[in-house]
Amino acid sequence: MTDVVATNETILVVGGGISGMTAALEAAECGKQVVLVEKNPSVGGRIAQLYKYFPKLCRPSCGQEINLRRLKVNKRIRLLTMAEVTNVDGAAGDYDVSITIHPRYVNENCTACGACAEAVTAEIDDPFNYNMKTIKAAYLPYNMAYPQRYVIDPSIVGSEDANKAKAACKYDAIDLDMQEQTIEIKVGAVIWATGWRPYDAAKIQPYGYDRYPNVITSVEFERMMDPFGPTGGKLLRPSDAKEAKSIAFIQCAGSRDRNHLTHCSRICCMASLKQSTYIGEQYGDDADAKATIYYIDIRAIDRFEDFYKKVQADEKVHFIKSKVANITENRDTGDVVLHGVDTEGYHRYDNTHDLCVLAIGMEPSVRADQIADNVSADASGFIQMNGAGGAIFGAGCATNALDVNRAVQSATAATLRAIQVVNRVSSAEA
Amino acid sequence: MSDVNTAMVQKYRNDFLKEVEENVEEGHWVKMCMQCGVCSGSCPFGPDWDHPPQEIFMMIRAGKRDEVLTTESMWMCTSCYNCIVRCPRELPITHIMHGLANYAHRLGIAPKMNPTRRFSKIFWNNIAKTGRVNELALSLKLYFMDGFMSGIKNALAMAGVGIGMLKTKRLNPFALINHKGVKNPKELHVLLKKAREIEDRRKGIAR
Ligand SMILES: Cc1cc2nc3c(=O)[nH]c(=O)nc-3n(C[C@H](O)[C@H](O)[C@H](O)COP(=O)(O)OP(=O)(O)OC[C@H]3O[C@@H](n4cnc5c(N)ncnc54)[C@H](O)[C@@H]3O)c2cc1C
Ligand code: SF4
Ligand code: SF4
Repeated sequence: MTDVVATNETILVVGGGISGMTAALEAAECGKQVVLVEKNPSVGGRIAQLYKYFPKLCRPSCGQEINLRRLKVNKRIRLLTMAEVTNVDGAAGDYDVSITIHPRYVNENCTACGACAEAVTAEIDDPFNYNMKTIKAAYLPYNMAYPQRYVIDPSIVGSEDANKAKAACKYDAIDLDMQEQTIEIKVGAVIWATGWRPYDAAKIQPYGYDRYPNVITSVEFERMMDPFGPTGGKLLRPSDAKEAKSIAFIQCAGSRDRNHLTHCSRICCMASLKQSTYIGEQYGDDADAKATIYYIDIRAIDRFEDFYKKVQADEKVHFIKSKVANITENRDTGDVVLHGVDTEGYHRYDNTHDLCVLAIGMEPSVRADQIADNVSADASGFIQMNGAGGAIFGAGCATNALDVNRAVQSATAATLRAIQVVNRVSSAEA
Repeated sequence: MSDVNTAMVQKYRNDFLKEVEENVEEGHWVKMCMQCGVCSGSCPFGPDWDHPPQEIFMMIRAGKRDEVLTTESMWMCTSCYNCIVRCPRELPITHIMHGLANYAHRLGIAPKMNPTRRFSKIFWNNIAKTGRVNELALSLKLYFMDGFMSGIKNALAMAGVGIGMLKTKRLNPFALINHKGVKNPKELHVLLKKAREIEDRRKGIAR
C-alpha cells in the first residue's frame, strides 16, 4: 500500500506539467508539505513534447532539468505518478481527497537499464509521440522521464511477454502482482494544473485530418523535429516518408470558431511562427523549402511582436490572409491542395503543398465543472477564477490557453493563494 | 418602385449598413463577419461571383450601396448551405444573400435580366395563383421566357426528364386545364396581400 502522509496543512497539486511542477516546488521551497499527483508515468507534461520554445528558440529540456533537480532534492514533495484525483470534498482548509493509483508493475529498484524492453516483443502506440510510432510494451516514457523508471503496459500483464520481462530484470524491479489502489488523504488547499490537450482535429471535417495522411497537427509536427522522435528529427511526411519542403500552416484550426472552440487559443499563432523557422533550420537555403501561413489575423501577443517581425522578414515564410475553406488530396502524389479566397483582394487560390500543419486549438484536459461542485467553468471549460472555488485554485493551461511564461506566472499566483490558506489553518491550530 | 429607392437613399444617407440591418432579412448579422473568407472559398459557384459573400459584407460596411444592390452576385446563391455550415461566426449567409436579392428587387434596382430573378418571379406568380405549384405551366413559362425558338430548344433538351416525370406520375400532363390548387385560393390571396402590407409597413416601404 502506498502510504502518503498528509494533513490539512498539506497542499495538493494535481498535474505535473510545467505549471504543476512550478507550484509544487515553490510551495515546498516555502516549507509547505506537498502531494503532487500526475496521471502519466512521468512528470513534464506537454512541454516535454516540444522541440524548441518560442521566442528564444531554446530547448525545453533545459528548464525541465533545473526543475527535476529541484524536485529530486526536495523532501517535502510526495510525487504520485500514474495517479488521478477521483474525488474532492470539503471546504477551504479541510478537503478530503480520493486518489486512484494505477499499477506501473515496476518498483523503485528499477535502474532504467532497459533489459525488460529488450526481452519483450509486443509493441504499443507511443502516446508521447502522439501515436506516430510504436514502442515496446515495457518502456521508459521518454529519455528525460522522471521518475527514471520503466513501465509495463497493462495489455501484456498475464502474458508470456510480461514473464519474459520479469525474468530479464536483474534488480527484481518487476512486480506483476501490483494492483490499482485508491487512497484517501486530507489536504488544506488544492492547486489544479491538469493543463490542456489538442482539440480533436478530425472534427474539422473540411480539412480531412482523418482522411489525408499529409494533414497533421502542430503537436505532431513538433515531434517530427525531435532527433528521438518518430521521424528521427527529419520533416518526413506520413504518406510516403518524402521530405516535406513546401509546408502549409493553417491557423485557428478549431479555435475562434462557433462550430468548435469559441476561444482564441493564443499560442498557435506563435507556435506556427516558431515552426516556420524549423524549415530554414532543416533545409538551409534550399530554394524549394518554404512555409506558407494561412491566417485570419496573427496574434503575436504582447512582446512577441518582435518575433513576428523577424519571421516576416524571412524570405522562406509566406503569409496568406485567409481561413482555408477546405483541403483536397492529389491521389497520385499525396500532395495536399488548399482551397480558399484571400481577404486582401479576394483572389481565389488552389495551392499545392507537400504537407499541411493544422495549428490546433487547445482545450482543457479536464473540464472545470468536473473537478468539484463549486469550481466554475468558463464557456470553454477552463477554470474560472471567480473566488467561488474555495481553496481550489487553477494554475497554468487548466485556466486558459497560455504560453509557458504565463503558465508559470499563474502557477506562482496559485501557490501564494494556497500558502495563505494553509497558513491560516496552522495559525488556527497553534 | 424607384421612388422607394430614392426614399431609402434619403432615409439612410451614408449608413448603408444600417439600411441593410433594418430592411434585409437577417441583415443584422452583417456586422458579425470577421472577414476570414471561409464562405467565399466554400461556395461551389464561387468562381462565378463578381463579389463573393465575404466581399459583399465588407462592401456593405464600406457603404457601397449601388455596387451591392445592383450586382448579380447574390443572385448566384443556390442555397447549398456550405457557407453557413462552415462560417466560424455562424452567420446565416445563405439567408442574407436571398435577403439582399429580395431587397434589391423590391427597390427596383436589381439587374433586370438576371435569370434567377426572372425565374423567381415566374415561380412566385405561379404558386401564389393557386397555392400549389403548377409544374407544367412553370416549366413552359420558364422554357419560353426568351421567345419561341429557344423555348422549343429548351423543351426538347428537357424532354427526357419530362417523360420520366410523367411515367412516375410527378407531372400532370393536363395541368393547364385541370391543375388542382388549394381549396380557396381567394382567401390565400387576401392572406398574402395582408402579409405584404405588414412587411412593407415594418420596413417603411411605402407602396
Ligand atoms: C503546438 C504548440 C507549441 C507550443 N510551443 C510553445 C513554445 O514554444 N513556448 C511556450 O512558451 N509555450 C508553447 N506552447 C504552450 C505550452 O505547451 C503550454 O504553455 C504548457 O504546456 C502549459 O503547461 P501546463 O503545466 O499548464 O499544462 P500541461 O503541459 O498540459 O501539463 C498538465 C499535466 O497534467 C497532467 N494531467 C492531466 N490530467 C490529469 C489528471 N486528471 N490528473 C492528474 N494529472 C493530470 C498531464 O499528464 C500533464 O502532465 C505550445 C503549445 C502548442 C499547442
Ligand atoms: S493564437 Fe492565432 S491561430 Fe491561435 S486561435 Fe488565436 S488567432 Fe487563431
Ligand atoms: S465565413 Fe463567416 S466570418 Fe468568415 S468571411 Fe464569411 S461570413 Fe465572414
